Amino acid sequence: MRLELVPRASVSPIARALSPLVAIVLAGLMAGLVIALMGRSPLAAFDIYIREPLGDSWALQEMGMKMIPLTLIATGLVYCFRANLWNIGAEGQYTMGAIVGSILPLATQGMELGRWLLVIALIMGVIGGAVYALIPSYLKVRLGVSEILSSLMLVYIAQLVLDYLVRGPWRDPKGFNFPQSVMFDAGSTLPVLFGDGRLHAGLILAIVAVVVSTVVLGWSLFGYAIKVIGSAPKAAGFSGFSAARISLMVFAISGGLAGLAGIVEVSGQIGQLKPSISAGYGFTAITVAFLGRLHPLGVVFGAFVVSLTAIGGENAQIMLKLPLDLTTCFQGLLLLSVLAADALTSSSIRVVRTPKKEA
Amino acid sequence: MEADETSIPAADSARQSQMLATIEAGLSEESVQKSGLLVQMTGITKRFGAFTANDGISLGVERGQIHALLGENGAGKSTLMKILNGLLRPDEGEIVWNGETVQFKSPQDAAKLGISMVFQHFSLFENMSVLENIAVALPGSIRQNGFNLGKLSKRIEEVGEAYGLALSPQRPVYSLSAGERQRIEIIRALLRDPKLLVLDEPTSVLTPQEADALFVTLEQLARKGCGLLYISHKLDEVQRLCSKATILRGGKLVGECDPRSENVRSLAAMMVGTHVPEVRSQALHKIGDVRLEVEALTLPAPDMHAKSLNHIMLSVHGGEVLGIAGIAGNGQSELFAALSGEALAPQARTILIDTMPVGQLDIESRRALGAAFIPEQRLGHGAVPGMALSDNLVLSRHGTDRLDRYGMVNFRRARRLSDEVVSKFDVRVSGKNPPAGSLSGGNLQKFVVGREILARPGVLVVDQPTWGVDAGAAVAIRQALINLAAQGAAVLVISQDLDELFSISDRIAVLHEGSLSAALPTGQVTRETIGLMMAGSEVDDAA
Repeated sequence: MRLELVPRASVSPIARALSPLVAIVLAGLMAGLVIALMGRSPLAAFDIYIREPLGDSWALQEMGMKMIPLTLIATGLVYCFRANLWNIGAEGQYTMGAIVGSILPLATQGMELGRWLLVIALIMGVIGGAVYALIPSYLKVRLGVSEILSSLMLVYIAQLVLDYLVRGPWRDPKGFNFPQSVMFDAGSTLPVLFGDGRLHAGLILAIVAVVVSTVVLGWSLFGYAIKVIGSAPKAAGFSGFSAARISLMVFAISGGLAGLAGIVEVSGQIGQLKPSISAGYGFTAITVAFLGRLHPLGVVFGAFVVSLTAIGGENAQIMLKLPLDLTTCFQGLLLLSVLAADALTSSSIRVVRTPKKEA
Repeated sequence: MEADETSIPAADSARQSQMLATIEAGLSEESVQKSGLLVQMTGITKRFGAFTANDGISLGVERGQIHALLGENGAGKSTLMKILNGLLRPDEGEIVWNGETVQFKSPQDAAKLGISMVFQHFSLFENMSVLENIAVALPGSIRQNGFNLGKLSKRIEEVGEAYGLALSPQRPVYSLSAGERQRIEIIRALLRDPKLLVLDEPTSVLTPQEADALFVTLEQLARKGCGLLYISHKLDEVQRLCSKATILRGGKLVGECDPRSENVRSLAAMMVGTHVPEVRSQALHKIGDVRLEVEALTLPAPDMHAKSLNHIMLSVHGGEVLGIAGIAGNGQSELFAALSGEALAPQARTILIDTMPVGQLDIESRRALGAAFIPEQRLGHGAVPGMALSDNLVLSRHGTDRLDRYGMVNFRRARRLSDEVVSKFDVRVSGKNPPAGSLSGGNLQKFVVGREILARPGVLVVDQPTWGVDAGAAVAIRQALINLAAQGAAVLVISQDLDELFSISDRIAVLHEGSLSAALPTGQVTRETIGLMMAGSEVDDAA
């Protein structure tokens, strides 16, 4: 006996819309059960994890700050994943974007060159990430190298390059030997959005990326080609799309957005280069992309949930003595629930009793 | 893994040598008779949905007999063999083995009785040695006690020598030729002590010399009392080797005979049939200018499983249907890819559409010139299973139907056009715009064919238009192709179905081993001639 997923002939749009909500509720119930088993009150946990961060301006801004890089990177990853190309190296492209984007602000530090420098820095960040992402893509297209491995390994190379730079040539001479660069000038720093808050203009870039990607992926021929290549490469050839060209393009977009996230994070929040510019955003964004069901608008939701639970998790650690790993665990539960709900919306389960093969 | 002689308990070791001795004795122990009925399948019926793959087929194999199972692709041979091998369960009918009714729940059940199969496609680990490949596939009964690589290696050499299957056990599989790889499969089967050996088109990948060596082995096996069921459509082989033949066509048993007392022509006639199921609507229409022309197209095989194309010459006039017959794997997909532009020709002038050289143009540029293409595979090539029908319409018509404006797809228009296909071609769908994968084969094929025909092409190239399609849909599709030609389009149909080609083509050519014969007017050739050409026989007096 085995189980088979049979595609449903028609899926009601209501079921499709409700499925993530069902998934959240299910994941919440399961997490509550785990918390109860650990001897804490699930209700108190809910309060600290979800309700409190949402009612607090500081926490909301912190969430927004986490959402910016996650949304940018995950939106880029959606292009790759839809094309069935597995860019696991967004973390490296993020790092490379931060490095390349920092070249000018660091070189001109102290000159107070003005706003145009920021624009160039952002563009260079995009280019840095895009070119770095083209390495695994080119290797795949020309030589058939698995992009999963090469993009992942390039992460470590990028991190080591960053490490070398901030300990060597780019180290701040007045930095007490800490591995970090000098601080960016005000001109090359992303402006803050609200008064004395911390939320910076990167938010606008993220929103633009999401809106543009929604249109491109949903209605353009390019977005259509990505989908065809991802689900049936031979049909893409039949349709006249070049798999190689599209593969290079989605990697460039994905890497570009990751690179943008990198320089945005450095110039918007950190203000200098140091080894710890990422909180693993490039990897977390993979979860975010799938939580968002590979849709740019879904990505916003995914980034929201992940950021919320991350902030809430920190609070829960302090107030309920719950381990931080529980947050990761919850994010995992949520991802599984979303994917399962998605699969069950578009397919039904059939029990097959005898081994059977198509003729 | 390493040979370790000392760890084997003496008793087990003895048991194994005894067992292997049985194999060497060539199945001639007291329990094994050398003649008499070994297996009888009676009234086997197997349906897949609305499609009946086997319709009341009976087949009996005697010990020591090499029994041929003849039929075109799609005749139901593979289904019948999968039933005999326990991979499929029949809906009706029974299998009697040595006088006892048996039911196979799995291939293991069939294997226990001594039914072994040698498949057309090998399942071997390239990076492992011959010995390891054989060891890994040995049944548990041989492996669990007294399993020993050193001894197995010796047995492989002995069995190999006894049956003329020379193979060095230590050689890695990647270094072997196709014939040598097949020997591994046969030795695997022999080590299982088979009473009935089923070979599925074993010579399709062999050179003539390798095939000759195989025949010697098979005759030797038969002399020792093993029953052999030999699936093929190569008639000369069957005549040389087999003393009895069962012929299937369209899932039905059409005859039994002794191939030695028949001639190749009469066998071919039984195989491909002589009845005409549907008559072409002889609406008068003019045969116009040449719209599709191929000038000496030669293309190397893109990979080792593909066929190369050798000097293909053809031309299709407006208003004409040119049929290309041939057994699968003789270069059909490669020819289709070259015509569609999925594979580019070496020179632009090799392929002409309405006298425009297109050999170097991609598929979309050829579509822009008024060509349309229907690939053999519906799911994954002609359509994306997970996408809605309207999205699948965009697949081949985004460039030609004003669906693409400034890089944006007009999905609303695509939906309208796809609804038009659905209604005009009577595509039965559940739901309003369901994913292509949820349609039955026949309905999806009607959609794909309709999508291309409603693009009003001047040239249509179609590969296996009714493959795996129910009879009703097949008639509708053929009619649509004829009607398209009648409107002045040039239609090229690549098909394995001779009935189909005879009913819709004006001329027929045969593709064999990547070479295309001259096209003959349908009225002037017989099925036998075409059948012989498909089987690779040279026919001089073609008429």
